[in-house]
Amino acid sequence: MSTLLLTEDETMLQDAARGFLDGAAPVSHFRKLRDAGQTHDAKLWAEMAQMGWTGVLVPEDAGGSDMGHAAAGVLAGELGKTLVTSPFISTAVIAATALRQVATDRARDALASIAAGDVIYGLAVDEGAKHNPEATELEARADGNGFRLTGTKGFVVDGSNADRLLVLAKTDAGLTLFDLPADREGISRVGQNMVDARDAAQVTFDNVQATGDDVLGSVDDAMAVLKLALEAGQAALSAEMLGLSAGAFAMTVGYLKERKQFGVEIGRFQALQHRAAHLWSETEITLSAVRHAGRKLDEDPDNATLAVSLAKARATQTAKLAVIEGVQMHGGIGMTDDFDMGFFMKRVRVATEWLGDYGYHAAKVAAARGF
Amino acid sequence: MSDDALNAFRAEVRTWLEENCPQEMRDGASGEDAIVWGGRNWKFKSEAQKLWLERMADKGWTVPTWPVEYGGAGMDRAHHKILLDEMRKMGARVPLQSFGIWMLGPALLAFGTHEQKLQYLPPIARGEVRWCQGYSEPGAGSDLASVQTRAESDGDHYIVNGQKIWTSYADKADCIFALVRTDRDAPKHLGITFLLIDMETPGVSTKPIRLISGKSPFCETFFDDVRVPKANVVGTENRGWDVAKHLLTHEREMISGGGQGLLGGRPLGAVLNAQDGGLTDPVLRAEAMACEVDALAVALTLERYKDQAESGGGVGDASAMLKYAGTELNKRRHELMMSAGGADALTWDGKHDGLAADWLRTKANSIEGGTSEVMLSIISRRVLGLPA
Repeated sequence: MSTLLLTEDETMLQDAARGFLDGAAPVSHFRKLRDAGQTHDAKLWAEMAQMGWTGVLVPEDAGGSDMGHAAAGVLAGELGKTLVTSPFISTAVIAATALRQVATDRARDALASIAAGDVIYGLAVDEGAKHNPEATELEARADGNGFRLTGTKGFVVDGSNADRLLVLAKTDAGLTLFDLPADREGISRVGQNMVDARDAAQVTFDNVQATGDDVLGSVDDAMAVLKLALEAGQAALSAEMLGLSAGAFAMTVGYLKERKQFGVEIGRFQALQHRAAHLWSETEITLSAVRHAGRKLDEDPDNATLAVSLAKARATQTAKLAVIEGVQMHGGIGMTDDFDMGFFMKRVRVATEWLGDYGYHAAKVAAARGF
Repeated sequence: MSDDALNAFRAEVRTWLEENCPQEMRDGASGEDAIVWGGRNWKFKSEAQKLWLERMADKGWTVPTWPVEYGGAGMDRAHHKILLDEMRKMGARVPLQSFGIWMLGPALLAFGTHEQKLQYLPPIARGEVRWCQGYSEPGAGSDLASVQTRAESDGDHYIVNGQKIWTSYADKADCIFALVRTDRDAPKHLGITFLLIDMETPGVSTKPIRLISGKSPFCETFFDDVRVPKANVVGTENRGWDVAKHLLTHEREMISGGGQGLLGGRPLGAVLNAQDGGLTDPVLRAEAMACEVDALAVALTLERYKDQAESGGGVGDASAMLKYAGTELNKRRHELMMSAGGADALTWDGKHDGLAADWLRTKANSIEGGTSEVMLSIISRRVLGLPA
């Protein structure tokens, strides 16, 4: 296994990403989108494609940069620091990871479209309030040579903006993953008014027709493809959450150094110093778990479950602490909409639930550790 | 280093261990009696224990990363990892552990003269001399730099007078590395000297302190007109604080789990499952899961910092974080194990042999080597740059 330090390439990627995003997508950019009621920035997405980011997990022969999961984590982390809104994780990480495991021309074309920034994918897996792919009830009934899909998916991240949907459905003897155009007849999407001002949709399938060609991987064996795709998404989301923590923490420490009460900077008070130091410690520890998850997915993907769940479990806790402490240490101003801390808090809440919360992943860690 | 070369090294290590590690030393034991601490008065528990130490010391594998001329094997991190990995797979016991290896050695390597290294390091590597640490005093705990034990100049010697406390294993050690005050008029950090003292020198005496665990790992150490050669200064007179700080970063890593020493090796899962019928209490299970999540992440952080140190990046004040996180975690782990054990864990011996004493011992982890609160203050000032 490589070390848990960034490689030279990864450091260059990180610097380039930060430089670009500080100009093109600082937090003020997110605020503009939020105020305008927009959940997608097509120009930004095209620029991300141009820099090779959308192809970060696309093989080179399909036009991608194929930099790997650790690199995808570097990008997700930088996106998180300034609350960048994009379908990066849904499309460039989850869909790309699913598609590259399938050796068909259609999958290859889809990967090329992802690398080119020509397509947005949404992942339609969950139906209840909690992430639980195994509990899928949406049914794909056999119909002639094909299927008919009926049911409802909730919390489909990037579902309104998506051109295509990866849909998990129950078939005769298991679960099957479909790759469908989002505008196919019988599919209706309702964008949800999300606290983080991002795109998530409820998607209803009413007797939607699908053929064998629409199946990604094998019938009744969705997890053969989806497991790694979910883990890749969870790892990247953990990295984004660590970026969110870092973004919130930087604001908080900056405020401790500048805000004066009782005639001195509040950062002189030991009560606040120790809280800040504890928070920094948690961030450092989570960084190791996040790096490790990326490395494991790159080097031993069949055995990455423990590493990925460890990262997501830690990232949810650390990010939650970072935003709660962020608001508390800012005092009243942290509660105002004019101030950015609330954006971090709301994004962290959504990211916590997406693809499995703390309990979901801690249980996976415990199972892998034998108790 | 190519993968082929590393694989060849791995095969070589495995063969050597197979041929040289006595069967009795392959039980993975890590308790107080299982591991050799060494020293002039050390009594080996078995012939196998002695043989294992000698063979490993001959290879330089008791201190694999130290230079060969000082008793080590000059290994880089990649090779060291392989050695540790192969030893773990075999269940091979650590052949030797000591404060000389964990603390004095790294300080000497950084600050000692070539002659001092030649004189002191090989006996540490072979387990012939056992060291203890003379830092804390009754009036200098968290405020370590206010040590009052004084060393007054007398020709080419010092005359040392004063008292140290919490000196781990002082009653079993051959020598002590101590912080002494050599300039009482200078600011407190600038009048301290790092001095090596043989415990057999007239005027040195120790008295064990009985702790809540029933054990006495700590002592009071008294110096009464003790004559120490000035050649025993490490670094420069009055600049001992630099050496002390360097050593403290190693001590913190050791206490946080970098060494195999103080945290012990009870795997949480094994103890939890040792409860009859497995651990069923949902509250305890949830706490155990959370603890395991954090423990794994802290272990990875230790790995990452080692990678960083190896690559020349240095860890510096971040070691305060490892110390803080590792020791708080260890206390939490032992509270959980006691809960899981229930009434079975309430005896000094019995089903969970030694757990109660270990549990009590862990309470010192977040005090010794700098309290958790001192660690947080170090982080807030030196890492985060918050005003003092």
